[in-house]
Amino acid sequence: MYTEKLIQHFQEPHNVGVMEDADIVGEAGSPSCGDTTTVYLKMDGDVIKDISFQTYGCAAAIASSSILTDMVKGKTVEEALKVTKNDIVDELGGMPAEKVHCSLLAEDALKAALNKVLAQNK
Amino acid sequence: MDRIYLDYAATTYVKDEVLEAMKPYYKEHFGNPSSMYESGRYAKNALDQARGEVAKCIGAKYANEIYFTACGTESDNWALKGVMEANKAKGKHLVTTAVEHHAIMDTAGYLEKNGYDVTVLPVDEYGMVTARQVKDALRDDTVLVSVVYANNEVGTINPIAEIGKVTREAGVLFHTDAVQAAGHLPLDVQADNVDLLSISAHKFYGPKGIGMLYIRNGVKIERFMHGGAQERKRRAGTENVPEIIGLAKALALATGTLEETNSRLTGLRDYMIREIMEKIPYTKLNGHPEKRLCNNVNISLEFIEAEASLLSLDLAGIECSSGSACASGSLESSHVLLAMGIPPETAKGALRFTMGETTTRQQVDYTVNELVRLAERLRKISPLFQQTHA
Repeated sequence: MYTEKLIQHFQEPHNVGVMEDADIVGEAGSPSCGDTTTVYLKMDGDVIKDISFQTYGCAAAIASSSILTDMVKGKTVEEALKVTKNDIVDELGGMPAEKVHCSLLAEDALKAALNKVLAQNK
Repeated sequence: MDRIYLDYAATTYVKDEVLEAMKPYYKEHFGNPSSMYESGRYAKNALDQARGEVAKCIGAKYANEIYFTACGTESDNWALKGVMEANKAKGKHLVTTAVEHHAIMDTAGYLEKNGYDVTVLPVDEYGMVTARQVKDALRDDTVLVSVVYANNEVGTINPIAEIGKVTREAGVLFHTDAVQAAGHLPLDVQADNVDLLSISAHKFYGPKGIGMLYIRNGVKIERFMHGGAQERKRRAGTENVPEIIGLAKALALATGTLEETNSRLTGLRDYMIREIMEKIPYTKLNGHPEKRLCNNVNISLEFIEAEASLLSLDLAGIECSSGSACASGSLESSHVLLAMGIPPETAKGALRFTMGETTTRQQVDYTVNELVRLAERLRKISPLFQQTHA
């Protein structure tokens, strides 16, 4: 039911853990299933210099967070804001339809963090 | 390495002896039991013998109280709908519990929608009801009480004999869903004052697609399938002879080795529970520590969602099940665990391991090791674990 790539990201997720010296922390919870994701950002001006995450959720939620951190590392805030859950699903090589909502959690947590960055830079 | 199957409560394989007993009835003796000539009589005779065997295994007084169905779900549906509909003159009240299988729960819900009155008894922290609770719920218009013999998720065993005493004294019919109990616990419908009892063959090394409903003689019940005169005109449809033979054979084998199975699996069960509790912090045993099926281990790993645990175990070659399913946009925590007062976040981490004939101590050791590894790995990823330990 899951792609090989998704399983790889689930088994050995990238950029996992708390970032002690993070500039920004973003959180999101899915009210439908109680999953939560926390995203930590280290910024270099407008650019995401480093990113890490933690997720409580299913394999799809964990893999989505993992691949999203890869996708946006080194990107500007503006570029990162354009990434949607569909991009995450595509990058993972697809996902069972009933699991697609699980990848929204990663997108939401990242956006929560990025919006804080924008608010700070105003 | 061979895969490790620890989901015997979901289904079992068919034992060789069972398959061998069934085989002749697919081709050699394929006759229709309703036909009066030789091959039909042969099949009819085999059917009668199977019925007698099943009656003996569950302590029924008469073989004609055994009705073959297509599955446990059909037996449950028939028991509830058939009895409630046939006894409308007495009343419309049904008593059941909060930890029933969906086959009972959803049927009770259907009846409620159709004008029947349903009382759902709450359970204690182990998922158990008491005879006292049942007694207090009875009313003048109560027709039927349906209580699961042993719960399918946590394996907790209900005091069936005590409940049977209460219902018999009150003149109320008593049904029990014994789908998980059959093959693990001695069944005795007469001693326990049970009026209707459901079982399903594929839970005790019989084939899928065949179940049984015991209906005590004298119980008023509406027919389930309309048509021919099979099953005393109560359940029409040509009998599934090979599988009925298989059900009877499997039940006889299980009943004959009940004590042996129980003592071996109880040992393995308690060993597995001990190992998990000792080696993995933040785990919780769900269900009763002793009054549980000999093959059931249900534990919650805190801070981890069961779906992620299941996939990790699957990748390690271990097959088991979870109490929750995150599908179609909403995570449904097990109604059984929630009814036991287990917090949703703990219920979401619940894993069910159910052992069987092929389960060995080595398999248990391997599984516990994998659990230790996945718990460490997934808790590192989990922000909930982090918050607790910050």
